[in-house]
Parts: sequence; structure tokens; C-alpha cells
Amino acid sequence: MNVRTDIPLLAQKLRPEDVRADLRVIAALVEPGSRVLDVGCGDGLLLAYLAREKGVDGRGIELSQAGVNACVAQGLSVVQGDADTDLGDYPANGYDYVILSQTLQATRKPYKVLKQMLRIGRHAIVSFPNFGHWRVRLSLFWNGRMPVTAALPQSWYETPNIHFCTIADFEQLCRDMGAVIERRVSVDAFGRRERIVAPGALANLFAEQGMFLLRNKN
Amino acid sequence: MAEVEGLERGRVANAEGHRAMLGPLKLECGTVLDRFPLAYQTYGALDEGKRNAVLICHALTGDQFVANANPFTRRPAWWPDMVGPGKVIDTDRYFVICANVLGGCMGTFGPKETNPATGRFWGLDFPVITVGDMVRAQALLLDHLGIPDLFCVIGGSMGGMQVLQWAAAHGDRVFSAVPVATAARHSSQNIAFHEVGRQAIMADPNWRQGQYLEYGVSPSAGLAVARMAAHITYLSEAALHRKFGRNLQNREKVTFGFDADFQVESYLRHQGSTFVDRFDANSYLYITRAMDYFDLAADYGGSLPKAFAGTKTRFCLVSFTSDWLFPTPESRAVVHALNAAAANVSFVEIATDKGHDAFLLDEPELFATLGGFLEGAAGVRGLAPR
Repeated sequence: MNVRTDIPLLAQKLRPEDVRADLRVIAALVEPGSRVLDVGCGDGLLLAYLAREKGVDGRGIELSQAGVNACVAQGLSVVQGDADTDLGDYPANGYDYVILSQTLQATRKPYKVLKQMLRIGRHAIVSFPNFGHWRVRLSLFWNGRMPVTAALPQSWYETPNIHFCTIADFEQLCRDMGAVIERRVSVDAFGRRERIVAPGALANLFAEQGMFLLRNKN
Repeated sequence: MAEVEGLERGRVANAEGHRAMLGPLKLECGTVLDRFPLAYQTYGALDEGKRNAVLICHALTGDQFVANANPFTRRPAWWPDMVGPGKVIDTDRYFVICANVLGGCMGTFGPKETNPATGRFWGLDFPVITVGDMVRAQALLLDHLGIPDLFCVIGGSMGGMQVLQWAAAHGDRVFSAVPVATAARHSSQNIAFHEVGRQAIMADPNWRQGQYLEYGVSPSAGLAVARMAAHITYLSEAALHRKFGRNLQNREKVTFGFDADFQVESYLRHQGSTFVDRFDANSYLYITRAMDYFDLAADYGGSLPKAFAGTKTRFCLVSFTSDWLFPTPESRAVVHALNAAAANVSFVEIATDKGHDAFLLDEPELFATLGGFLEGAAGVRGLAPR
């Protein structure tokens, strides 16, 4: 294996099958060579993958100290920080893409976080579990219990996810804040792009995750 | 290997080190130093493109002997876990420079040097110096060594202040910067602790208005108290408790007197008494003053982001959970400013109970973090892989 020195160590060891399918779908939305801020970057898998596959100049924010330390030890540029409070420091249009992968529902103020993302980045990429999925609806309907699924494995009292929404809810939020939806991708429970592209209301029924590429109206 | 003027290769171990005559240097207080000595150590070799130089900035009571024993005090290297062959700052890979700061007492221009105009020790005639002056002196050393820019400048505590100053004032000469356990300005509480130390020194009758060297005496008691008070701030309550608890020193019960009954007292007295043998009291006054005066934002209209505007330097900041002298919010303030300046910045807080001193100790997570950061930066810099 050729050792490249211009990309992080972690990225050199990655095989495509190591990368969660939803991260590959996100990567497909990102232009090569762009500047990317990954909010809630975890252990840095997406940043490392984007650096290798797309040659991006990537930065990350991560709440957990263990995640941050792992990222920095791999040569990624990551700071310990909180999406709810720290995005205000970043200058407007400093990035081409600001990514929030599976984190929106865990923020205290999703509206403010999204506003900040659209201010900081020319584009925002957001993915979240869709509470409008038919299995969630059926679970509530038949059992009368909050759903526990493969994508949402924790009970209501343990989950860090405090702001659930459906794809329809999210699209309404985008309209309310004047965000333009450039692309929407429906993703199944395993993060794969849905084979059957369900339009509009059907996406809200059949997609387990919503994934959106947004930009500011102006 | 590129030829570097003034370097004696292969003689660094056990050597008394190098001393360069530099100048002129205009100090912030207005005084101009025409020629002044700067004592420094180097380790490793400069590469062909002069791209692998690493400058290490030492803390308040540190010196240039970062990776070999100090030949004057016989104290061991002060950062042996971090710097050396195969270490995080690998002297087989990097050309490492560490200079005694301006105002110091290990060969660099400081108050215990002789004033050529009077033939007497400088004492309080020595000009007040700042962190900015220390860094400008180091920049002159780089010129002297023919090194255009640094791959990395790294330091903890006051060393970290110098790192921030380097990045702000000489950013084009700094490829990467690692400020550890530091702040962009000295806090009110920290100034207060320094003032206690200075008052202890100046209250010692042997201080003699700073002229003690002329009288052949030393304000040892005052300097020891200053060190004891400062040493407490370098530790944490948890670390002190873990080390000493309320254990008594070589006795079964308390003596109902003011002898060092407790182990922690004995330990502090030892810290104080060994310090006076290796450090000049006036240097302590001047260097603590330089730290007190440090306020990076003040030089940029009160805006810390402005200090780093347009910076291309890659930053990695580190703080420690139990450090109450330079607590994490101080590092976070710098991170926020760097984010506002759209800088390339990493920041980790390391969990430890060892307090401020943690940066000098064996902290595996610190080494893993900095190792990863330097490896990444070396790749972007195009340095040869290990």
C-alpha cells in the first residue's frame, strides 16, 4: 500500500466497507476539494473518508472528549465543542459544507443550530432519523409505545435524542427559515440509499432517514 | 545536511550549550539592546530544506536543557518524556531548538549578568521585559541560525504564551503551533499569586533592593516562599491528597510546634530550598512580571480573533481537567478566537488529576494527541516520513 502523507492516517487504512453507508451517501453530496465542517464528527470516520475520497479540507466539532482525542491523534483537525453553543464563533461563509449527521435530533435548539449552519456554510447537509417512517407509525399505533428500532435503539428515557421530527416536519422547518432544499435523499435503516425513490409524502412514509442538502435563500 | 552557522554538531549531549550574541533588539519598554547573549540548546539535525526546525519554549522556571541534563545545576532534562530520539518530538526527525528566555538566569541576558556600562550586576537596572520581547529575541536567534521558518513551535504555561505570541506576531514563520496549558492573557488570580511571590522575595532583608549579588548574599528565604506558594498552584487538591493526604513526616503524632509535621509541608520546604540553588531571585521578579503583562488581545485592539486574522498556522491546543492555574476555559477562549479567524485548529482537554504540572509529566494521552497532530502536520509540510 502506498503511504500518502497528505491525508490523515485513519483515512489510509479505511476500506469502503468500513464506512457507514449513510456516510458514503453524504460524501456523494460533497464537491471534491471543498472546505467541510463536520458538526458532531464522532471518531472522525466521515472526515477521514472525505479527506481521502474527496480531498476536502475538513474540520470537526465533537462533544465527547474521547471522540476529539481520537480524531486529533489521527491527525484530524477537531475541537471539543457543542453544536448548540459554539457555532456562533465561526465566521459567515467560512465553509463550503457544514455537515450535521444524525445529530440534529440530539441538539437542544435544532432551529438555531440549522440557522448557524446555513450562515457558516454555503451548503448544509443534514441527516436524521425519520419519525414519519411507517414502522414508527405502526409501533405507536399498535403498541402505543415509543418506538425502539435498529436505527433508534434506546428507550425514551435513555436516548440522547430529544428533538425527533419527521421528514415533513423538517421540510416545513426549512420553508419557515428560508432554507432552499437543493437535494433530498431517502435512506434506509442501514444507511443505504433507498432503491425506490419515494417522492414527497411517500418519502416520509418509507425513508428511515432523511438526508438533505440545503442552502440559504440569499 | 545544510550548513548552519554557529552550530557544533554532535556535541550537544553533556555540552554546556551554545550562546549567540544577538541584536539590536528594541524592547517594549523602549530600551534598545545593541548586543545581548542568548543561551540555547539544539538536538538533531536541520534537514536540507531547513524545514524541520522545532522551537520549544520553556516555562517560568525552565531552561534550555529540555532533553539533556543541565550541566550547571545537574538537574535532569525537563521534558524527557516528550523530546528525544523516537519520542513525540523526535530528535532523529526534527531539529529541536530550546533557548533560555530573555530575563532568564541560565546564560541568556538577565538581571544576574554584568552591566558593561557599570561593571556591576544589572539587578533592578535590568529593563522590564515582556513575552513579546522574549519571542523577538528567539526570532533573532532563528535569523542567526539561518532558519527561515519553524515546522512547529511548542510550549506549556509561559511557554504556551510564547507560542501564541509567535503565531500572532510572526505567523509567517510558524507552520504549526502547540500551546499547552496556557492562556492568551494572565488572569487576575494568577497576577495575584505572582505578586505574593514577588513580595516574599522583596521582603527578604537579603534582597537589598535587588543588589544582593553585589553584597554576596541571596534572598533565599523569600525566593523559597515564592516557590512554595507557586508550587501549590502547579498541583491540584486531588494530586496533593493522593500524594500526601494528612500523613505525618517521620513521626507518630503532631509535635505541637511549627516543625514540618506533615509530609506536604516537608515536600514544599524541599521544593523551596532546592529551587533557590538553581534560580536567580531577580530573574523570578522579571519573568513573573512578563507573564503578568501578557495580554495578546490588547495588542490587537482588544480582539483576540484579530491577533490571528488570516493565519495559515495549524494549531493544536491542549488543556488539563485539573489545571486551575490555566484552566480549560482559557484554552477554549483561544480556540473560539481561532475559529472566528477560520484557523485550522484542534483542541483536546486531557483528563488528569495532576494539575498544571501535567504537561511536564508522563501523560500517554498527551503524547498520543500531539504525536497524531505532528504526524499530520509533517505530512502536509512534506517532511520525510519516519
